[in-house]
Amino acid sequence: MSDNNLKKIIIEPVTRVEGHGKVSLLLDEQNNVKQARLHIVEFRGFERFIVGRPYWEVPVLVQRLCGICPVSHHLAAAKAMDIIAGVDELTPTAEKMRRLMHYGQMFQSHALHFFHLCSPDLLFGFDADPAIRNVIGVARKFPELAVQGVMMRKYGQEIIKATAGKKIHGTGAIPGGINKNLSIEERDFLLKDIDQMVEWSIGAVNIAKDYTLKNVDLAKSFGTFDSNHLGLVREDGAMDLYHGNLRAVDKDGNKIFDQVNYKNYLDYIAEEVKDWSYMKFPFIKSIGPENGWYRVGPLSRVNICDFIDTPLAEKERQEFMAITGGKPNHMTLAYHWTRMIETLHSIEKIKELLNDPDLQGTDLVKIGKRRGEAVGLIEAPRGTLFHHYKVDEHDQVTMANLIVSTTNNNTPMNTAVQKVAEEHLSGKPEITEGLLNHIEVAIRAYDPCLSCATHAMGKMPLIVSLFDHKGELVDKKVKE
Amino acid sequence: MSEKMITFKIDGVEIKAKVGQTIMQAADEAGVYIPRLCYLKDLTPHGSCRVCTVKVNGRCQTACTEPAVDGAEVENKTEEIEGIRRDIVDMLFVEGNHFCMFCEKSGNCELQAEAYRLSICAPKFPYLFPARDLDGTHPDIFIDRNRCILCGRCVNASRDVDGKTVFEFVGRGSEKKVAVNADANLGDTNMAITDKAADVCPVGAIIKKRVGFAVPVGKRIYDEKPIGSDIEAKS
Ligand code: SF4
Ligand code: FES
Repeated sequence: MSDNNLKKIIIEPVTRVEGHGKVSLLLDEQNNVKQARLHIVEFRGFERFIVGRPYWEVPVLVQRLCGICPVSHHLAAAKAMDIIAGVDELTPTAEKMRRLMHYGQMFQSHALHFFHLCSPDLLFGFDADPAIRNVIGVARKFPELAVQGVMMRKYGQEIIKATAGKKIHGTGAIPGGINKNLSIEERDFLLKDIDQMVEWSIGAVNIAKDYTLKNVDLAKSFGTFDSNHLGLVREDGAMDLYHGNLRAVDKDGNKIFDQVNYKNYLDYIAEEVKDWSYMKFPFIKSIGPENGWYRVGPLSRVNICDFIDTPLAEKERQEFMAITGGKPNHMTLAYHWTRMIETLHSIEKIKELLNDPDLQGTDLVKIGKRRGEAVGLIEAPRGTLFHHYKVDEHDQVTMANLIVSTTNNNTPMNTAVQKVAEEHLSGKPEITEGLLNHIEVAIRAYDPCLSCATHAMGKMPLIVSLFDHKGELVDKKVKE
Repeated sequence: MSEKMITFKIDGVEIKAKVGQTIMQAADEAGVYIPRLCYLKDLTPHGSCRVCTVKVNGRCQTACTEPAVDGAEVENKTEEIEGIRRDIVDMLFVEGNHFCMFCEKSGNCELQAEAYRLSICAPKFPYLFPARDLDGTHPDIFIDRNRCILCGRCVNASRDVDGKTVFEFVGRGSEKKVAVNADANLGDTNMAITDKAADVCPVGAIIKKRVGFAVPVGKRIYDEKPIGSDIEAKS
């Protein structure tokens, strides 16, 4: 069987709106998994869509092209367009308003993922009856938890509304600054519930922590593999979700590079194209495509930082790092725990910001001398997000290159699927719902775009195809 | 010496008008709003968009160009007329590329505001997705023809107020577009940011550069009150 045949079988056009995850598994003659691949249809076309548009429009435009984390795209593009507009440092009010928006987004996105998408698996088990293993099941059995999830998400959205003007697809960040400050009424409205949010966030960390510690043997093996980790850190090594320099560490925590100004990302990172996937595979140049791939997102960010600058989250980070003796943790399931540590960090940051009088400042925008090229990076909920633009003398974009978080995690997600398939499927040519869900759990840990784009009931639309050693389709399961 | 007045009715309500006034002018002064897109006070009426269509003694006319006559019965807010207007606005939407979600004119756009006022939720005609070009050559003004509704305001303002003829229409029918004179780029003309023509576009086709989304959601012209509220407040 040639690779060409394989390619034809695997890459079927998938409707873009539905965003099914597609997994293809290839078996050898003993029915052992030889190869597992995850195909995600990515909206690469949007880069072309941006070309020609005036640069000041881009932060609002780009968020429409990905319905998943609009605020992250909004802010990454705005950071790039600050530089295009000739502004290297924002006013304190602008910088803090944007940070508030970003932490609000992080908080609501993480809360949604944890309570709605992943808690059914953790609370009921991966094999549990799908009829109860969903968000409705959680609401029945753990009603107060379901309420917390909804309220936390809503709180994050209120923050986005107060900073961007709307709960989704707002306009707050503009090149060189922000278009509004936080009124006293908005501030007081948000401060009202802040302590409750902190308390619930601590509770959520505990759920994820207890789960992981109780199932540590499973966590150690389930979709777990050594990898490099990449993300932004502040100049002093602290976690910084809004701005910083690039740091990458290897599986033992040794620094591959550190404090790299992200405008030079192309000197450090390249993307490999594979004929079976529309999505590219980024890797660290100095190591090469074979071993240079890396993970991003909550797990990586907690792994790479030296500390977290908010006390409650820092305490949790220390506890988390202790289980691997301070070395990077490679467990796929540990994404949940670290996601909740970040949730706690975000709400601590929000509290800090809400009490900062700079948010009521009136100096919102700066202007400078126009530049032709810029890079903007941000730590989106799912990981490092790269935006790179060129703008001509007519103020029109001539080039846009975006590396989204899910693309950064492409090889890791494929590796996780491969691991889970090898461990749970080898020798069993029939696909059960439980198996399907094991694969889904591994993918979902990374919170890829597709999982919440199409998620309503705690189910990820997924197609798994099983091919025998002759390349023939032996089984196919579609989960809507 | 007082001007000679006439009286006519809009939807049964008596309106007074000066001789020579259009139905639109008289209605505006009386606090009755007639939806419009190409008409702008102080510019020569162009009568091109037909959104101001009313029935005068049973016949469709454009209120912005039609003189008010003594004793006329004008229908403005009837179901039939609103239906006609809805179709016209709807066609303007599908004829161009109007992506309100990332258009900086959103909230300040008269086309969008008329659509809201007429309760248009989704277009009923198929989109044409025309290929239209952009012009970023002017240092302070940007043209996005995707959003042009051919209202003619820019043409008139440049000619009549600025005395410059920066804009003109070229082509016919669905190929018609607003061009910069002599097919040059805007950057090659003597258009200035202070020109009236830079201020009149009802949509986001002629915009001032770098303004973008500087006005937050909630503070834009039509965020609070629908288009026409200022006129209706006079009644
Ligand atoms: S550019 Fe604007 S003002 Fe000129 S015709 Fe088009 S819509 Fe009217
Ligand atoms: S407003 Fe009268 S025809 Fe356009």
